[in-house]
Amino acid sequence: MALLQRVAEQGRRVVRFTLDGRPVEALEGDTVLTAMLTNGERLRRTEFADTPRAGFCMMGACQDCWVRTEEGERLRACGTFIADGMRLLSSGEWNS
Amino acid sequence: MRERIDCDVAIVGGGIVGGSAALFLRQAGLSVTLLERDWCGAKASGVNFGGVRRQGRPLEQLPLSQRAHAIWGRLPELLGIDAEYIRSGHLKLARSEPDLASLIDYRERSQGFGLGLEIITGEAFRRRWPALGDRAIGGSLCPEDGHANPRLVSPAFARAAARLGAVVREQTPVDRVEKDGDRFVLLSGDALEVRARFLLNTAGAWSWRVAEAFGEPVPLESLHPNMAVTEPLPRFLDVNIGVEGGGVYGRQVPRGNMVVGGGRGFALDADRARPQRDAVLTLMRDAAELFPQLRHAHVIRCWTGVEGYTPDRNPIVGPSRTTPGLFHAFGFSGAGFQIGPGVGQTLAELVTTGGTPMPLEPFRIDRFSPTA
Amino acid sequence: MSELLPPVIVGAGPAGIRAAERLVAAGLRPVVVDEAARWGGQIYRQPPEILSGAGFTRPKSALYGFEAGKADAVHRAMAAIRDRVDYRPRTLAWNCEAGALDLLSEGTSEVLPFSHLFLATGATDRVLPFPGWTLPGVFTLGGSQVALKFQGCAVGRRVAFLGTGPLLYLVAYQYLKAGVEVAGVFDTTPFAAQARATAGMLRDPATLAKGLLFVGWLRAHGVPIHNGVRPVRGEGAERVEALVWRDARGQERRTSCDAVAFGLGLRSETQLADLAGCRFRFDEADRAWLPERDGSGRSSVAGVYLAGDGSGIAGADAAELAGERAALALLEDLGRPVEAARVKELDGRLARIAAFRRSLSAAFPFPADWADAIADDTMICRCEGITAGAVREVARSGQAREMNRAKALTRAGMGRCQGRMCSATTAELLSRALGTGPDGVGRLRAQPPIKPLPVSAGAERREVA
Ligand SMILES: Cc1cc2nc3c(=O)[nH]c(=O)nc-3n(C[C@H](O)[C@H](O)[C@H](O)COP(=O)(O)OP(=O)(O)OC[C@H]3O[C@@H](n4cnc5c(N)ncnc54)[C@H](O)[C@@H]3O)c2cc1C
Ligand SMILES: Cc1cc2nc3c(=O)[nH]c(=O)nc-3n(C[C@H](O)[C@H](O)[C@H](O)COP(=O)(O)OP(=O)(O)OC[C@H]3O[C@@H](n4cnc5c(N)ncnc54)[C@H](O)[C@@H]3O)c2cc1C
Ligand code: FES
Repeated sequence: MALLQRVAEQGRRVVRFTLDGRPVEALEGDTVLTAMLTNGERLRRTEFADTPRAGFCMMGACQDCWVRTEEGERLRACGTFIADGMRLLSSGEWNS
Repeated sequence: MRERIDCDVAIVGGGIVGGSAALFLRQAGLSVTLLERDWCGAKASGVNFGGVRRQGRPLEQLPLSQRAHAIWGRLPELLGIDAEYIRSGHLKLARSEPDLASLIDYRERSQGFGLGLEIITGEAFRRRWPALGDRAIGGSLCPEDGHANPRLVSPAFARAAARLGAVVREQTPVDRVEKDGDRFVLLSGDALEVRARFLLNTAGAWSWRVAEAFGEPVPLESLHPNMAVTEPLPRFLDVNIGVEGGGVYGRQVPRGNMVVGGGRGFALDADRARPQRDAVLTLMRDAAELFPQLRHAHVIRCWTGVEGYTPDRNPIVGPSRTTPGLFHAFGFSGAGFQIGPGVGQTLAELVTTGGTPMPLEPFRIDRFSPTA
Repeated sequence: MSELLPPVIVGAGPAGIRAAERLVAAGLRPVVVDEAARWGGQIYRQPPEILSGAGFTRPKSALYGFEAGKADAVHRAMAAIRDRVDYRPRTLAWNCEAGALDLLSEGTSEVLPFSHLFLATGATDRVLPFPGWTLPGVFTLGGSQVALKFQGCAVGRRVAFLGTGPLLYLVAYQYLKAGVEVAGVFDTTPFAAQARATAGMLRDPATLAKGLLFVGWLRAHGVPIHNGVRPVRGEGAERVEALVWRDARGQERRTSCDAVAFGLGLRSETQLADLAGCRFRFDEADRAWLPERDGSGRSSVAGVYLAGDGSGIAGADAAELAGERAALALLEDLGRPVEAARVKELDGRLARIAAFRRSLSAAFPFPADWADAIADDTMICRCEGITAGAVREVARSGQAREMNRAKALTRAGMGRCQGRMCSATTAELLSRALGTGPDGVGRLRAQPPIKPLPVSAGAERREVA
């Protein structure tokens, strides 16, 4: 179930991207964080304990929201906007 | 009220050299007072790259370096911690035929010192380190070299000495030192006076001040190797990497962070330094070129330190030429971490036995003076 | 030579914008750098701009409530000078060195030399840990507000609000108004302390009235408000499912929720001031080391000015005034004429806000005992996964008597966030273990890059012209 709940501003254009290979939708103007957490429960798993994380501060301070794309790029989810065709991952790369 | 301490040996500077000297002197039963202006191991010894490497050193350093190697092998027993020391191997890369030739030449010349160097090239090299791809044509591996966490190792030497009974005073700058008859007298402000039969000058980049106080000026220059570390990355590298001819070097710590070094920072003042922007960016570019695994990674921290360099890049280690009972050990020119404990043990030996089998001639303090 | 360089402002919040406005009025063309995509700063953050098609539509009155007028005025002030400033949005200042900033924009690093540097870097939430605080669904109070204001999202369906500070009731109120269920407000401040401090807040009846209104509204809608609370843990495996807390009488209680919004006031973003060489002092009210600034906004370094929450928490109104005030100081230092009457007026208003600010911190005191209750196995450093026990151990064994040493030995503060999330905790743990005051253990030295810098920027740098 999604972590974030939309309560307003739902008339925006739909943006399509994939999350862990699964095609999903967000809205234009969503951050990657919003896009992922309205479709799932986490952004990543931690390097050291393999525990889930979903960001914390939403304003670029905690650095807890770094996610990966399938291409290996790293994005700070709360400060990056979602774009059509992004291929995002929320799984761990550490213990897989 | 000024506190007075009488002891056998006073040590100025609690880096890895002074700290290890204190430990070995206590093991030999001498009374030791170690004075450290900052915190022990907080300067060069605690902020360096962490390379525990013999390979590539000038041959004259190898006896001391081998002595240090044996000490590194006993860290848990000596310090009570492993300090993240691993004998991962140190691989020096050759990126051209001439560089490979010079690695082969070094292996020949260093035969007999026990480094056990292996030259690996071509297909065998690529099979063994696929992560390095074809960015080197081969390399020289010193299998028992490695790396450690300097923030943990260096303070631990002084701590271990203190556990054995050394008096260790931190936040205690020595601001005057002189000889009064057969005693050295060290003053830290109005608070403390230490009297000792022997004095070890292990004050790192600031050692020239002590040397000068005894009429031994040395051309010591402070320089600031530039360091950067990335966020943790999945493991791709298990050896400590250097490149023949210099440039970038790197190691991946077990937690996954990649530590890289190259270029120089700048001095804020005599005691503090900062990484320099161009050096940082150049280091990042070169590191990404050597390790494509860093292509999408982020640097999370840069730093540097204050290190004393001599004109010939060899340290000054051994007895004073003006003052009996005074021994110097500084000027490691960017490479004193590995060798430090070997030097500390040698200083202890000089104090307790009056001599050492280590060849110290190349490290004489008066080798730079115009008349020498 | 340096006379020819434009002044550089970091931060396009209320402080930076009012400063820019003043400098432009004096005929200068400042550079304004901000990491965010649009101007406004934290409190007056604007929703994302959508260039074609349907965008964000809520009016300012919905986004900023009572502050809509001020938000609009600040936004307009910047719009009005837009073509007379060199505005650099989406640009992070990651270093300050030798009279120049390093900027990162679109993956490229660039050196920006300055003659005068104006730091208006603002603040983010201050937090202390509790077990479960890293679970998905636990967000900062500020973050929870950002989700709502900036993204039209709530952090959950049933949200518990925990902590202290004016944001606690404000954000709870905003959530309630947005139709989200508020599971409760869990205020760490004892009721009596708040009631006492309210007297001091009479200096600013408008703010007091707003605060009372939020509380009244929440109560009227059946939201339980608890004072003197301490968190016990957030429960859940993959996401937070409940907040377990202790009430003022020490009774352990459990409130189910799917999100926790949590914060203990704010902490200033001071890294650039540190790198610029500014002297710091310990501030009792903020319980933090802050760059020194005189009444006019001058730092200890000639040519470096400080304004707004980035150099001491005082709120948005003060940020606007301090921004303008420090810009006047800058102009004065450039030998430009400044209007003495305006300076006097600003100084007077800033002094009144400072007095009010003192009573605010009395009303929302930092829960100084919290740190004692942190169990040794609680993670305090989110980045590196370091526990409270590790920090206490290096303090108790005599190995660390200050922050940087504790960091070197434990890695707390060594991760991606550079101690933004853990240094308040580390300071509390260290000082309590050592028996010093919170000012007795120093502060973390800032290190470049102040936020993660892509390695690829090394190849993508732009040389100085
Ligand atoms: C960034 C960097 C990277 C490096 N990388 C490596 C590497 O990978 N491998 C390697 O082998 N070497 C490396 N080195 C070199 C190595 O760190 C040093 O050679 C070594 O640590 C020197 O140890 P030291 O004890 O002599 O000096 P320091 O660690 O500098 O200790 C000297 C101490 O003396 C104290 N002191 C000075 N004056 C006084 C006074 N008047 N009173 C009291 N105390 C005083 C100082 O505070 C200091 O703590 C690097 C150095 C730096 C800076
Ligand atoms: C979420 C939140 C809600 C708040 N709500 C209220 C409220 O309701 N009432 C109130 O009085 N106060 C509130 N505050 C406090 C608020 O910080 C101040 O009132 C006000 O925003 C301070 O203005 P400022 O100009 O000092 O800083 P800010 O508004 O915080 O602006 C600072 C700007 O600097 C930028 N910046 C910082 N560092 C860098 C860098 N290195 N490189 C580039 N750009 C950088 C940031 O992106 C930001 O836009 C809130 C704070 C937060 C975090
Ligand atoms: S959520 Fe904190 S930096 Fe993105």
